[in-house]
Amino acid sequence: MVEIFGIPSQALFGQLLIGLINGSFYALLSLGLAVIFGMLNIINFTHGAQYMLGAFTAFFLLQYAGLGYWWALIVAPVLVGITGIIIERLFLQWLYKLDHLYGLLLTFGLALIIEGTFRNFFGSSGLPYSVPAELQGGRNLGFMFLPNYRAWVVVFSLVVCLTTWFVIERTRLGAYLRAATENPTLVRAFGINVPRMITLTYGFGVALAAVAGVMAAPVYNVSPQMGSNLIIVVFAVVVIGGMGSIMGAIVTGFGLGVIEGLTKVFFPEASNTVIFIIMAVVLLIRPAGLFGRA
Amino acid sequence: MQRLSEASKIPAVRSRTEIIAFLVMTAALVLAPVVAYPVFLMKALCFALFACAFNLLIGYVGLLSFGHALFFGWASYASAHAAKVWGVTPEIAILSGAAVAALFGAIVGALAIRRQGIYFAMITLALAQMMFFFAVQAPFTHGEDGIQAVPRGRLFGLINLSDQTSMYATVLVIFLACFLLIYRIINSPFGEVLKAIRENEPRAISLGYRTDRYKLLAFVLSATFAGIAGATKALVFQLASLTDVDWPMSGEVILMTLVGGLGTLFGPVAGAFFMVTLENYLTTIGQWVFVVQGVIFVVCVLLFRRGLIGELAHALRIKL
Repeated sequence: MVEIFGIPSQALFGQLLIGLINGSFYALLSLGLAVIFGMLNIINFTHGAQYMLGAFTAFFLLQYAGLGYWWALIVAPVLVGITGIIIERLFLQWLYKLDHLYGLLLTFGLALIIEGTFRNFFGSSGLPYSVPAELQGGRNLGFMFLPNYRAWVVVFSLVVCLTTWFVIERTRLGAYLRAATENPTLVRAFGINVPRMITLTYGFGVALAAVAGVMAAPVYNVSPQMGSNLIIVVFAVVVIGGMGSIMGAIVTGFGLGVIEGLTKVFFPEASNTVIFIIMAVVLLIRPAGLFGRA
Repeated sequence: MQRLSEASKIPAVRSRTEIIAFLVMTAALVLAPVVAYPVFLMKALCFALFACAFNLLIGYVGLLSFGHALFFGWASYASAHAAKVWGVTPEIAILSGAAVAALFGAIVGALAIRRQGIYFAMITLALAQMMFFFAVQAPFTHGEDGIQAVPRGRLFGLINLSDQTSMYATVLVIFLACFLLIYRIINSPFGEVLKAIRENEPRAISLGYRTDRYKLLAFVLSATFAGIAGATKALVFQLASLTDVDWPMSGEVILMTLVGGLGTLFGPVAGAFFMVTLENYLTTIGQWVFVVQGVIFVVCVLLFRRGLIGELAHALRIKL
């Protein structure tokens, strides 16, 4: 068996892969938070619950509609995105003129409602969701065994992240979005329907969380509290990266996932806390965050 | 400095209503054991103090801490550990809880005030979660079991706190003393600077105030009072557990303060009594408690931002 730093390569690369997968979820979720914060000036505490909703929607689709993973990957984000649009119209739109803190409190309340309801019906034990037939099994790379599904998660979330980056930074639609983030009044004066853009942005950000949820369903169990602990880590990721840059969110998300995976190998006791410790160090050295603009 | 301390003397006339309200509250709390269970009242008082401590930060400096369970819970561990393992008297146990909370408050505060607004909330939440994981792993907290069968002991070595009435009197005195201290802080020149920071931090800076120092001190004070509340609760229930350090506890204290009225003097007390009473009636419905809390959050933020006491004060046109 090959060993690196006294650790069997299987274990090392296995944890690295898990780190990359966690990193994919951090990246997707912090990306959604950043996009939403940019337009709505609201930190979406419901994001974890919406990630959970994505996973549950995939589970329901399979259970009651017979629609498998690939359908879920398209349908679940659309459905959850629509609930996001409803939430924005019903609740969030009244908060834009208030202190940011109220947005955080309201979305925290919504998260409690959603997670509490699901916990009531599904308890706290997880429900299994199997890996799609096309992606079962794996391949032996010599230094490690690579399960196909896990490779797919990393590649697909990278594609989603980079597409989002491309749309926001390189297309006309993205230019409108960025302009409306800077100066909504002026953009409205040019005849662009900014309120609708805000609504759709929220729906899109929420859909990103649901995509992450669908991808997480076969990796972890589908459970009501899968989002609540994750969202706190994602907050730390956002503090580390700063919300000013889309690419920053992606890089920070994947990077921290890998660091967390490595910590599991070399210093398992700290694997739960390493991201928070990094956050504290970053706050001391670069208070604005790695990619933040003061 | 001169001008602000003068300004703080102006509301002396209006504060008469506050004095009357304080006397009414004190009388009600002294008489309350006649009609309500002492343990219920003591729980409500501990949470009321916790909420007042939290309100010192959000109501008067405008900083939303999403991690106050850290101070509440770790102080309750410290006090339970001191009382049970070291066998110290209750007042020393509570003081050690407060000291631990103050220490953590200094560390967390120093980190969190490096970022503004929304980031502040996320940083405090993340650091509190980190300390939650430490509490899960550390041997002396006894993980899921918590520190059980904590002796209440004898106050100053004299008064036996196993007696429910003595315990209630002790909790009440602690609560009232801290409440008056917080009132004094809010109405001191220091408190006026805090309010200036809440209203317009850049202006406070340009007036020459080192706002970071003020914010840090306010954070440490708030953490310390939260610690006193947690340490007292550990003695009342003779238990320190993971529930008190976990993030739903941070959410709960926010909710209590929000329901009562952010930035009002009596709001946190009213909010704490409201929520503790409500949860008392809701114990049978299990997980729906979270849903009820969530609904109250949404309703408060959308329709009821002044809170119970805030609305009352607004209707009567007085300061409460």
